[in-house]
Amino acid sequence: MPVIHIDGRAFAVEAGGNLLETCLSLGMDLPYFCWHPAMGSIGACRQCAVVQFRDENDEHGRMVMSCMTPVTDGARFSLSGERAARFRKTVVEGLMLNHPHDCPVCAEGGECHLQDMTVMTGHRDRVYRGLKNTHRNQYLGPLVHHEMNRCITCYRCTRFYVDYAGGTDLAAQASHDHVYFGRQTDGVLQSEFAGNLVEVCPTGVFTDRTLVYDYTRKWDLQSAPSVCAGCAVGCNTIPGERYGRLKRVHNRFNAAVNGYFLCDRGRYGAGFVNSERRLLYPGLRNAEGRYDALDHRAALQHLQRACSGARLAGIGSPRASVEANFLLRELVGADHFAPGFSTRQQALVELALRLRRDSRAALPDIRGIESADAVLVLGEDVTNTAPRIALALRQSVRNEAFALAAELQLQPWQDEAVRTLAQDRRSPLYIAAVGDTPLDDVAAARVSLAPDDIARLGLAVAASVAGAPAAHEGERTPALAAQIAAALTAAQRPLVVSGTGSGSGAVMEAAAQVSEALCAAGKAAMLCLALPEANAMGQALLCGPGALDLAGLTARAASGDIDTLIVLENDLYRRGPRAEIEGLLAACRHVIVLDGMDNATTSAATLALPAASHIESEGTLVSLEGRAQRHYPVFQPPAERYPGWMWLLACMKELERTEVRELQHFDDIIRACAARIPALAGITAAAPDHHYRNAGVRVPRQPHRYSGRTAMHADLSVHEPQQPVDEESPLAFSMEGLNRDQPGALLPFVWTPGWNSNQGVFKFETAVGGPLRGGTAGARLFEPGAGVTATAAFAPFAAQPGTWQLVPRQRIFGSDELSALSPGICELVQPGYLELCAADAASLGVGSGDGVTVGDDLATLEVRVNDTLVPGCAGYAEGHAGTANLAPLARVSLRRAPQWQRHSAQLIGSDGGGGHV
Amino acid sequence: MFSALRSQLRTLWTILQHTFSRAETVPYPEQQPYLAPRYRGRIVLTNDPDGQERCVACNLCAVACPVDCIALQQGVKQDGRWYPEFFRINFSRCILCGMCEEACPTNAIQLTPDFEMCEYERSSMVYEKEHLQIDGTGKYHDYSFYRVAGLAIAGKDKGEAQNEAPPVDVKSLLP
Amino acid sequence: MSELGTVTFGLLLIAAAVGGAAVLTWFERRLLGIWQDRYGPDRLGPLGIGQVVADMLKLLTKDDWVPPFSDRFVFVFAPTAIVVAMLLGFAVVPFAPQLYVLDINIGLLFFLGMTSLAVYSVLLGGLASNNKYALLGGLRSAAQMVSYEVFMGLSLMGVVMLTGSFSLRAIVEAQRDLWYCVPQVLGLFTFLIAGIAESHRLPFDLPEAEHELTAGFHTEYGGMKFAMFMLGEYLGLILISCMITTLFFGGWLGPWLPPLLWFCLKTFALICFFVLLRGAIPRPRYDQLMTLGWKYMLPLTLLNLVLTGALALLLEGQRHV
Repeated sequence: MPVIHIDGRAFAVEAGGNLLETCLSLGMDLPYFCWHPAMGSIGACRQCAVVQFRDENDEHGRMVMSCMTPVTDGARFSLSGERAARFRKTVVEGLMLNHPHDCPVCAEGGECHLQDMTVMTGHRDRVYRGLKNTHRNQYLGPLVHHEMNRCITCYRCTRFYVDYAGGTDLAAQASHDHVYFGRQTDGVLQSEFAGNLVEVCPTGVFTDRTLVYDYTRKWDLQSAPSVCAGCAVGCNTIPGERYGRLKRVHNRFNAAVNGYFLCDRGRYGAGFVNSERRLLYPGLRNAEGRYDALDHRAALQHLQRACSGARLAGIGSPRASVEANFLLRELVGADHFAPGFSTRQQALVELALRLRRDSRAALPDIRGIESADAVLVLGEDVTNTAPRIALALRQSVRNEAFALAAELQLQPWQDEAVRTLAQDRRSPLYIAAVGDTPLDDVAAARVSLAPDDIARLGLAVAASVAGAPAAHEGERTPALAAQIAAALTAAQRPLVVSGTGSGSGAVMEAAAQVSEALCAAGKAAMLCLALPEANAMGQALLCGPGALDLAGLTARAASGDIDTLIVLENDLYRRGPRAEIEGLLAACRHVIVLDGMDNATTSAATLALPAASHIESEGTLVSLEGRAQRHYPVFQPPAERYPGWMWLLACMKELERTEVRELQHFDDIIRACAARIPALAGITAAAPDHHYRNAGVRVPRQPHRYSGRTAMHADLSVHEPQQPVDEESPLAFSMEGLNRDQPGALLPFVWTPGWNSNQGVFKFETAVGGPLRGGTAGARLFEPGAGVTATAAFAPFAAQPGTWQLVPRQRIFGSDELSALSPGICELVQPGYLELCAADAASLGVGSGDGVTVGDDLATLEVRVNDTLVPGCAGYAEGHAGTANLAPLARVSLRRAPQWQRHSAQLIGSDGGGGHV
Repeated sequence: MFSALRSQLRTLWTILQHTFSRAETVPYPEQQPYLAPRYRGRIVLTNDPDGQERCVACNLCAVACPVDCIALQQGVKQDGRWYPEFFRINFSRCILCGMCEEACPTNAIQLTPDFEMCEYERSSMVYEKEHLQIDGTGKYHDYSFYRVAGLAIAGKDKGEAQNEAPPVDVKSLLP
Repeated sequence: MSELGTVTFGLLLIAAAVGGAAVLTWFERRLLGIWQDRYGPDRLGPLGIGQVVADMLKLLTKDDWVPPFSDRFVFVFAPTAIVVAMLLGFAVVPFAPQLYVLDINIGLLFFLGMTSLAVYSVLLGGLASNNKYALLGGLRSAAQMVSYEVFMGLSLMGVVMLTGSFSLRAIVEAQRDLWYCVPQVLGLFTFLIAGIAESHRLPFDLPEAEHELTAGFHTEYGGMKFAMFMLGEYLGLILISCMITTLFFGGWLGPWLPPLLWFCLKTFALICFFVLLRGAIPRPRYDQLMTLGWKYMLPLTLLNLVLTGALALLLEGQRHV
C-alpha cells in the first residue's frame, strides 16, 4: 500500500485511486463538483485543488487537482495550505457569479452540494459588480424540473445522462459562459434514468418535479430505509414523508444492488401511496352493493366470522411482503394458497427459480454485472423489466475501454482519457429479442427473433461454446451463434441475461444452457434471470414448485370447494382474462380483499380491508438476485389502514390458531417463516431485529433539524402527542437516536456535518464507492447449484398467415401496476398498443394509430408499426390498460377494428405550476 | 482584599444612590410603555411592495425556530411564486426570540411590538396564516424578493431581476 | 417585671416579630424596587401593603403537600425548628432598660446557641426532601454554617472582653460612653458578615441558589411549610439586626427619644442595610465563600481578639496604675 503524507500526517492508502477519493475515504472534507464516485474524474471544475510538494524539503509546492492526481508512494500534499484554500474559495466565487440568488425557492436548498461547498470553502460575498447571465428553462417532462440559471457547468448532468446512462437528448449547448444544458427543444427526457439528474446535479438545475410542487426541505422529511417495489431488482430507496404524504424517493446506496442510481420507475413510482384512490377504512358490502365503513374491530369480527369453519382459499401477491404472504398461507393452508401470479407467469417464475438454483453460473450482483466483459441478453428487454440492471449492462460494455486503458496504465477513474481512448470500442453485448430494446445502441448486435427462435439461438450458442457443431444452428441466424459463442468464450466473466419478460420458458432454459456451457468451459460465467415483480422470487421460494395456480383455484371454486377467498394486495383482473376472474370471484361466498388501492378486485370484495403499502409497513422482499431485503415504514398509515401482516395476524389470533399463539412482533413472523420454510431460512439475516440498538439508542427517522414538532398538529390539539413508538423495528419516529455506522439495512437518511446533500454518503461507506460501514443491506437466500440438465431442442417458430403470436413488450412506465398510478409517471403512461412489423400491418390494412381487434374480441388496441418486430409476432404492451385478456405466446387472429377512433396527439403534461419556465 | 472590599463598598454606594433615581418601569397597563418598532412581539407575515405575499415557504423560519413552533407547507401559485399553503405558528410555544425573522430571506416574517396576546384557551394561541398575514410591508418597505432572485414569475421574466443580463441565446455563435 | 408582664410581653414580642417578618417581605420588595429603579408590589392597599395579606392568604390556601418520597416526620418538623429557634433567640434581646423577656448572664451564648440550632432546620429539610437539589442545598448550608459559626462567636468575644459580661443588658449599659462599633469595628464587620451567612440571605444564599439548585433545601416545600422557612429567614434577619444594635450600636441608648424607639430605629436602619446588601452584591462562588470564611474572616477575628485583649490589658493596667 502506498504511503502518502497529507498535511504532515502519513496515511497508508489503496493503490490506484486518485487523491480526491482517497482523501474522502479517509474521512476528510475536500470540496469537489465534477467528480462523482461512479463516474470518475475529468478535472473540469478546479474545485478540489490541493498543494503537492516534491519532497519534505519543498516548502512551496505546486497546485494540483486532487481528482486528477494518482496517489503514489511518498507523495506529499497539503489540503489546508493557505494557497490552495484561497484558490478553492476563488473557484466557488467564480461559479457563483451567475447564481440567481434564489435558494429560498429552490428545491435543492438544504441539500445542495453547491451550498455545502460554498460554506466549506468560506466564500460569502459576491464582489463582482457585472450582470448575471440568465437562461430560459425548458420543459423536460413531468419528472425533472429545469432551472438553468443555477448551473455551475460542472458537466455532471451530461456525463451521467449521455456517457453513463446512454441518453441522447440532453447535451451541452453554446460556448464559453453561455453554456447551456438541455434538450434541443422542450420535451420529455427520454432516458429511463433521467431522474438521477436530481441527485447527480450538485445544485438545483435539475430537481424532482413532483417534489417542486409539493415541496418539503430535506431536513423536514421523515424517512426510513425502504426497498423499491417497482420491479424485482430490489433497489434500496429512501422515501421521505411529511404531513402524512410521501414527498419523494431518493437513492439509498447499496454497493451490491443499486449503487448510486435508481431508475425513474423506482424514483417516481411510489407516489401512488398519496393517491385518493387508496382505502382508509374497512368496507363491508351491504345488500345494495355499497360499502359501509367499519372500524378495525368490527372488520376483524367479520373477517373471523367469514373464516371460522369455512373452506378457505388464499391468493397471495408477488408485490406483497414475504411475511404477509406467509401468514396468509398459514391461515388458509399451503394447499389452498395460490401465490398470485397469472397461471402462465407462475410456471415461468418457478422455472426461473429452478434454473437459477440449479445453475452453476454465479449469481451476479450489480458489481458482477458491471464487471462482465461479454454479455448475451436472451429475450429480455431489461431496460423495461429490470431497469437498474440495464444501466449496469451499459457499464459492462466499458470493460473493453478499461482493458485498453490498463495497457496504457490509465486508471478507470480517468474518465475523459479512457473514453477518448476507447471511442466506440465496447465489450461485446449481444441481444436477441422480439424487437428493438433501449440497449441496442451499445450492443455489438441485436437480432429480432420470435421467442422460440431466441431459445434455439441460445441452444446453438451453448452448443457452439461446448465445441460441438450446433445440431440445430439457427436457420435465421447462421453465423451469429458462432460469433456470440466466440465472444463469450473469449471473455473472462461472461454474463447471460434472460428472464420471464419474453413469456417463454424455453428462452430461460436456453440461457441457462449457455451459462452452463460456459461454466463447463471453465469460465466464471454468470446468469441473471429477470423476474416480473418485487417479491416474485420470495413468492416462488415460499410456495415451492407445483403450488396451486390461478387456473387450479378457479377450477376448485367452480366446483364449489371454496367458501371464503382471501386476496392479498393483488388486483386479480391483471392476472387473467376478465371472464375467468369474474367467475372465480362469483363462485366464492365471501371474497375478502386486503389491498391499499381501490381497484377492480377490491370493488368485487364482500369485505375490503385497507392494507398499508410497502412505504407504510415493514416487510421482506426477495429480489431476483435471491437477496432478502427489509423495508421499514416511513410513516404510520392513517386511519384504519394497517399492514397486511397485521390484519392477517390479528385474524389468526381471533380464530385462536395455535401456530400464531407465540407470535407477537413482526420479528416473530420472520422467525416463524424462516423456521417453517427452509428455502426462506435466511430472511432473518436481512436486517437486525427490533431489539437492535445503535450504541444504546434507536436509529432516528428524522434528521436532527426536523422542524415544526410543536406546530404540525397544533391545529388539531395544542397538546403535542407523544411521538409514535415503533415496536416492530429498531428505528424511531423521532429525531432522537444515532444515524451512524449502523447496519446498511438501517440507513434512514444521509447526513453528516458539512455534507447536507446526498454526496455525504461517502462518510457512511468504508471507502468511496465501497460497501456501507455497517455492512451491505440484505442477505442472499441461495447460492448457485450443481448444474442444470440439458434441454431438448425446440421447434423453430413458423409464422402462419392469419395468426400472430402475441409477444409481451414491456414499458418502464405502464407495465408495472402501482407505479403507473403515481403522479408524474401517470402522465407518461401510454394507452395499450399492439406492435406489428410493417409487412404485417400492411397485410391487415392498418397503419400506426389505427385500431386492431385481437382474437375473439380479447382486446382492441392501437397499432404501432415497428419494423424491428419479427414478422408473425404481435407485441402487446404488457400491463397496460386493455391488455389484461392477452396471454403471452398465444396465437391469435387480428383484424382491423372498424369503429376505432384515433387518439388525438399526445398532450404534453400540463405544467402544474404555471409559466415560470 | 482591600480593593475587593472597596469594590463591594462602592457597589453598595452606587446602589444606595439609586434611592433617588426614577423608576425605569411604568405602571402597566395604566401607562403603556414605549415599544420600539423592532420590539419582539406577535409575529406577522407581510406583503411585498407590490402587495403580494412575501413568504415563499422556504422553511427557514421553521428550521431556525428553537421551539419548533412553526409549521408550513409550500405550494406554487399559477404565476410561479412559491407560497405557503398553510402557515401555522403555535404561540403557546413561541418564545418570541426572533430567530425566524433573522432567518427569513424575504423579510416576510416579522415580529411586531404587540405582546398582548393572552388567551384563556391554549388552542386560541395557534395562529393560522389568515391570522398572521397582514396587508402591508411591516418594517421593511422596499424589499421584494422576486426582484432580486432569478426565478421567473408572471410579470418578471428571466433576465429582468436585479443585476441580470437578458437571457442567453444558446443558438448564437457570437462570442 | 412581673411574671404576668413577662408572659404578656413575650406573647406581644412573638406577635410583633412574626408580624414584622411578614411586613418585611413586602417592605424588602419595595425597597429592592426603589434601588433597582422599579416599583415593586404597589397594587394592593396603600403603597401595596396589602400584598402582605395577599401573600399570606395565598400561602395559607395552598395545597399542603408532603412528597411521598420524603421522610415525612422530619420533613414537617424542619420548617418549625427554624421558626422556634429564631423566636427563642428574641427572648434575650433587651429592647429597653426594662423591656426584655429574659435577662440571663449568658444571654449572648444563648443567642449564639439558638442561631446555631437553625442550621438543623435547613439541613434536615434538605435531607428529608429526598431530592438532589434539596440535598445539595442542605449540605451547602451545613458547611456554610460550620465555617461561619466559628468566627461568629469569636467576633463577639471582643465585646464580651470589653464589657466583662455575657449579659446583653450589661453590654448595652457598657456602651454609654462609646458604642462598641468604634473600638470593635473589626468585630462588627466580621459579625455582620457571619450574621448574613447565618441567616443565609443574599449574597450568602448558597443553600438556596435559585440559579443552580432550583430552590435549594426548600425545593420540595410549598404552602405553609415554605412560608415557615421564609418566616424563619426574616425572623433571623430581624434578630441579627437586633443583636447588632444591642452589641455594637448601644441598644436602646440615645438622647431625647424613648429607649424603645431608639432601639427600633437602629434595628430598622440595619434591616435596610441588609436589604441593600441583597440588592447590591451578587452571590459568591462556593469556593469563594469558603475562602472568605476561613482565610480572611477567621484570621481577622483572631486579630481582633488579640488586639482587643491587648487593649483590655492596657486599659486594665492603666486603671491599676
